[in-house]
Amino acid sequence: MDELIIAGQKLTSRFFLGTGKFAGKELMRAAIEQSGAEVVTVALRRVDLQQTAENILNFVPPNVRLLVNTSGARSADEAVRIARLGRAAGAGAWIKIEVISDSRHLLPDNQETVKAAEILAAEGFTVLPYISPDLYAARALVKAGAAAVMPLGALIGSNQGLQTRHLLEVLRQEIAEVPLIVDAGIGAPSQAAAAMEMGCDAVLVNTAVAAADDPVAMARAFSLAVRAGRAAYLAGQAPASAGASASSPLTGFLYNDK
Amino acid sequence: MKKFLYNKLSDDAVLEIFNDSDPNLLERLAREARDLTRQHFGRTVSLYAPLYLSNYCANQCTYCGFKAGLGISRRRLTAQEIDAECRALAGAGIQSILLLTGGSRQHTPPEYLEQAVRAAGKYCASVAIEVYPLETAEYARLNAAGCDGLTIFQETYDRARYAVLHPAGRKRDYAYRYQAPRRAAQAGLRQITLGPLLGLSAWRQDVLALYAHLRGLEKEFPGVDYALSFPRLRKLSDYAEDDYLVSDADLVKIICVTRLLFPRVGLSLSTRESSGFRDHAIHFGITKISAGSSTSVGGYAAPSAPDGRAPQFEINDKRSVAAIKAMLKRQGFDPVFTDWRCLVKSAYGHSAA
Repeated sequence: MDELIIAGQKLTSRFFLGTGKFAGKELMRAAIEQSGAEVVTVALRRVDLQQTAENILNFVPPNVRLLVNTSGARSADEAVRIARLGRAAGAGAWIKIEVISDSRHLLPDNQETVKAAEILAAEGFTVLPYISPDLYAARALVKAGAAAVMPLGALIGSNQGLQTRHLLEVLRQEIAEVPLIVDAGIGAPSQAAAAMEMGCDAVLVNTAVAAADDPVAMARAFSLAVRAGRAAYLAGQAPASAGASASSPLTGFLYNDK
Repeated sequence: MKKFLYNKLSDDAVLEIFNDSDPNLLERLAREARDLTRQHFGRTVSLYAPLYLSNYCANQCTYCGFKAGLGISRRRLTAQEIDAECRALAGAGIQSILLLTGGSRQHTPPEYLEQAVRAAGKYCASVAIEVYPLETAEYARLNAAGCDGLTIFQETYDRARYAVLHPAGRKRDYAYRYQAPRRAAQAGLRQITLGPLLGLSAWRQDVLALYAHLRGLEKEFPGVDYALSFPRLRKLSDYAEDDYLVSDADLVKIICVTRLLFPRVGLSLSTRESSGFRDHAIHFGITKISAGSSTSVGGYAAPSAPDGRAPQFEINDKRSVAAIKAMLKRQGFDPVFTDWRCLVKSAYGHSAA
């Protein structure tokens, strides 16, 4: 059985879904159900703690694990406060640390993210930090006790795919202790499959599903692509080369002379 | 069709678009603006409500229904009244509130604003202010009380027109007002909304100057969430100079071009605009609208009381919060009531220690 294990929790789906940007909460619920996702991210800033009919938490199927994200945090201190607020409000202890202090590009602040991860992991949170793909930050997060590392494939919401592929490959080679989850930028199922073929452990998608004409059908498509990509990785893909390979044209002479 | 290199448009290129009345161009702009809005904001629209705390004013803005010296009855809400107003708003579902006053520091000093912020914070997740410009330390004090946002309109960026339109009171000081968002950002406020008041001056130049104002702030304070708003004076209001009026098509163009230049910036549209206009504008760029608005002092808890209730401006979209919510759902948008939660500890009785 090919299971993904995060903080001791066994997951069969390697597709994580974000819950922002949907046209309605029922639609979001249907997309979660159809995607088979077992982990969904929810921004605490959007959770109506007054428990009204609009409370997004009421629309997440009960068997799905909440990954509370700290969207809106501009510093480690704010991320820590949001995480604690989420836990106190009953949203659980799985935290996607998201620290952003640039509203134009929305790039994560790795330094502040590492600081927040150190504090929250020590407090018993299951910490999944969202970062720019940087080897040193990833190592520091593993050392801090992060349960996974979530590098971006491209700018958040950009649907540009695996623009950071080479850096992701470095992380894949070097970070073996915890799962590597590509978060942000994935715009098409083919890109999700490519991330899985590279050996990433899971992908997290939001905009590409929520902003599709048919989000429910797109959620299903992503789920299939992630499974296909994972299957290909496990099958041991034959290496690709740039062109047709001739039989040793430069060194063949060594063996011709009998 | 070639896409605009939206964030690379020069001022000259923007002016060229502003001056071009080709409806095909406008449609193209609107389609691109729609795609960008959908990409960055999804199919969601945030809702907020304004709460007028006071209509006392020390300024003489020539175009305003609250200006000093007008024979209108003046009042300011008491602490109990503020509480009742906020409770009424929260009861209707509002979680994001904008507190407004007239420009009288004497009648509504920072201490009064601080009390109002604390009262609103008891009922709402997010509290912002639209008041006379404050000092950095005063913004910081309001921030500590639970205020996360500032809305401030420069009215016009044309200094000569500004001087004509603001002949008396502290508001005469153009630079002090222009620098208010900087002081607010330095004080830690995280959401800043800027805008001109369209209809006071040559709008093309005002909008370009607004863009420059925003770019400067973005550079200096990249962590702030910025939003822009484009209130416009109407032909039928007391004050209107034909030369400066902004047509519906002009306003659509302003919204679309702004979206192309600032893909992630929030765009807000008030109930000064008609329901018909607002219902369309959410499709090509607007991400935040007020709902169930009253623009008179104390208009929510007891809307029919007669005294001191002259509105600052006429509302053109009189729908209730429930009606706005139903409209959004009908049009395929998720109404967002809670979009930011103030992190000030006291507001939640939650220890961050």
